Amino acid sequence: MHTSLALLLELGVILLVLSGLGALARRVGIPPIPLYLLAGLALGEGGLAPVPAAGQFVQAGATIGVVLLLLTLGLEFSTAEFAHSVRGHVPSAAVDLVVNAAPGAVAGWLLGLDGIGILALAGATWISSSGIVARLLSDLRRLGNRETPAVLSVLVMEDFAMAAYLPVLAVLTAGGEWWQAVLGVAVALSAVAAAFFASHRWGHHINRWLAHPDDEQLMLRVLGTTLVVAALAEFVDASAAVGAFLVGLTLTGAAAERARAVLAPLRDLFGAVFFLSIGLAVSVASLVPVLPAALALAVVGGVTKTYTGWVAAGRDGAGRRGKLRAGTALIARGEFSIVIIGLVGAGHAVLGPLVTAYVLLLATLGPLITRWAGSRSPAPSIA
Amino acid sequence: MDVNEVLLPGVGLRYEFTNADGQRIGIVARRTGEFELVDYPRSDPDEGRPLFRLTAEEADTVAEILGAPRIAERFADLTREVPGLSAGQISVPAESPFAGGTLGQSRARTRTGASIVAVVRGETVIASPAPSQIIEAGDVLVVIGTHEGIAAVREIFRG
Repeated sequence: MHTSLALLLELGVILLVLSGLGALARRVGIPPIPLYLLAGLALGEGGLAPVPAAGQFVQAGATIGVVLLLLTLGLEFSTAEFAHSVRGHVPSAAVDLVVNAAPGAVAGWLLGLDGIGILALAGATWISSSGIVARLLSDLRRLGNRETPAVLSVLVMEDFAMAAYLPVLAVLTAGGEWWQAVLGVAVALSAVAAAFFASHRWGHHINRWLAHPDDEQLMLRVLGTTLVVAALAEFVDASAAVGAFLVGLTLTGAAAERARAVLAPLRDLFGAVFFLSIGLAVSVASLVPVLPAALALAVVGGVTKTYTGWVAAGRDGAGRRGKLRAGTALIARGEFSIVIIGLVGAGHAVLGPLVTAYVLLLATLGPLITRWAGSRSPAPSIA
Repeated sequence: MDVNEVLLPGVGLRYEFTNADGQRIGIVARRTGEFELVDYPRSDPDEGRPLFRLTAEEADTVAEILGAPRIAERFADLTREVPGLSAGQISVPAESPFAGGTLGQSRARTRTGASIVAVVRGETVIASPAPSQIIEAGDVLVVIGTHEGIAAVREIFRG
């Protein structure tokens, strides 16, 4: 029973350390993701304390973590909100894609990456962390502000775009020929269409079966279905993450609300394990040479996101300070950039360390910058 | 009164209106059932000043406080005068998910728009029950709302 003793002990200590780091992050006002990544780095190759026994669990947990992150994202998605965002903010989303993906693509080309590497890096610099940003807006009490709907609309469209982007990347990474990539994308797109059709047509049947009144049954059914669909998606090279996202899309209404509530603790646990595993896969020594590139990308990424938010908030008629708040709120990159790297392989010599450093910088600085940009308000006048 | 609805994708809805004193007020209704109230200073109408937050239960209680006198006053006439509004009685079955729970947990009004105005338990009548009111199997709920709303409340308590 020696192995299980070591496993329990290592896992317990890891979770306690993560809890301590999470509490610390809350106190300083930054999201816990960068600290989880740092913890992974510290435990990994060339780090402070290697954890051989917990390694396998972390690996398996990370796979489930990605699935749960995408599932809850799909659960939060509503067609009505997406349609609303499309009506008002397609130009903002276009600006978002062009100005934020371009720096990543150019950097990838300068670093001599192959096509897949360039595509992955462009995706990693493009996508903001909807988890971090939504949490920030709530914590900074900005939900009442004029610019907030614009920021949230940009996030919704980014999340949706990921449903097309991730399968493309997954197929290309799997070493497919161009026709396999086209086929994979076609499969993924028809799966998205089918999920929408299914949720529209038979949504209430699926919902009724999944939404068992007993919470335990609900959790087991939703999780089981998601893992099976994720496995099928992986089988056709369309990425397990996309499969999970589709299951989330199919569930709607009260069922989605309850599923979110029962899955939240699981998502938090396995999500943390996933960030930890990315840190584990990157060696500290490989981080140092990419730091200058990551720093340069972070500076550019901060500026381009601020511009995106500026444009989006301007469309909703926000003033100069509102536009600045919107822009800086979007700076934080997080779970998606990491998911992209997880897909390509965190072990990739340049990409893994580069994007890890990039997310470390922007997930930490983004929230601090937007806090600062919003706090320079004149003392509230007595109305 | 003009109430402006703003969609907050992924978060919920925001209602904005100007009161008689000319103050601009915003109410953020989150999907999770929590509420946040802000007001907008004239100097910068873009940035809401946070006033207070309410949990789902607190919001229900505030709604009861604000709505109660009017319900008591008009209950008798309402169902006759307002087309489409009716009253119904719903008995709570033993297998109901909310038997033994509080009225607030069912979030019946938030979800259906219909109000539970009284709980009949044996010989006693609990008028205008608070969200903290415990519901027992066998209770009869007096509900006013649209036909659909009442049917939806029935579904909720049937489980």
